Amino acid sequence: MKTVISALMAGIIFGVGLALSGMVDPNKVINFLDVTGNWDPSLMFVLGGGVITTTLAYRFVFAQGKPLFDDDFHLPTLLKIDSKLLFGAILFGIGWGLIGYCPGPAVASIGFNPEEPLIVVVSMLAGMLLYRKIAKV
Amino acid sequence: MENFTPYTSLAGGILIGISASILMFLNGRIAGISGIVSGIFNNPAVSEKAWRIAFVAGLVGGAFAYAYFFPISIAPREHVTTALLVVGGLIVGVGTAMGGGCTSGHGICGMSRFSLRSITATMAFLTSGIVTVYVVNLLVGASA
Repeated sequence: MKTVISALMAGIIFGVGLALSGMVDPNKVINFLDVTGNWDPSLMFVLGGGVITTTLAYRFVFAQGKPLFDDDFHLPTLLKIDSKLLFGAILFGIGWGLIGYCPGPAVASIGFNPEEPLIVVVSMLAGMLLYRKIAKV
Repeated sequence: MENFTPYTSLAGGILIGISASILMFLNGRIAGISGIVSGIFNNPAVSEKAWRIAFVAGLVGGAFAYAYFFPISIAPREHVTTALLVVGGLIVGVGTAMGGGCTSGHGICGMSRFSLRSITATMAFLTSGIVTVYVVNLLVGASA
């Protein structure tokens, strides 16, 4: 129960952060990626603010040895840079550039601006399941 | 740079960072949205499903609450059809499943752990996103 309440809390803060940051506006996302045109660098501040905050906090968090409500930190065990990582990330970027939605903002927008995000989230879920079926992972 | 919003974007980024830090501090989990969402469907354990669903509920609720108090107006997009949204969503889904993460998991959490995989992935999706927008603008410009 504790992990459910803490996840809910973290989710709420994440959702407010996404809304405040402007990432829930796909026009703004596409303008961020449009570096040769009408470039809007705002989202660099989202990424920068997020990475700096998390880098500082993670140092404290990992120094605790284990999380408060679990026995271990659940971190990725894969360390190698392989073609799946590269090809997957490139594909994701193509989809992101086409529609202006990455997973977080698409899911977060369902409550207040559902029209496009609902289609995106359902298709995204289908894509995830499709990949798992084909790759058998 | 007409719609440049450095302060609110920085503040939003810091909130996202606080959320990621809380989730790691309390639950030992990475705040990667693609992983959290896909884990709801391919994880049989109820306890695994429960925290993921709670996070997603919070994510939707938090953004909804913000938009309730500070309405967000999003300009309509003429060239974005349902078909494009479906294709784009599918590509995002396949790509994040194959690459093991998205903007939050690789971009925020992974980069903050100095993970070489995440730094590589972030550079790759930023680059392909920029190239995609460039090509789309060329095509839209040519057809207009």
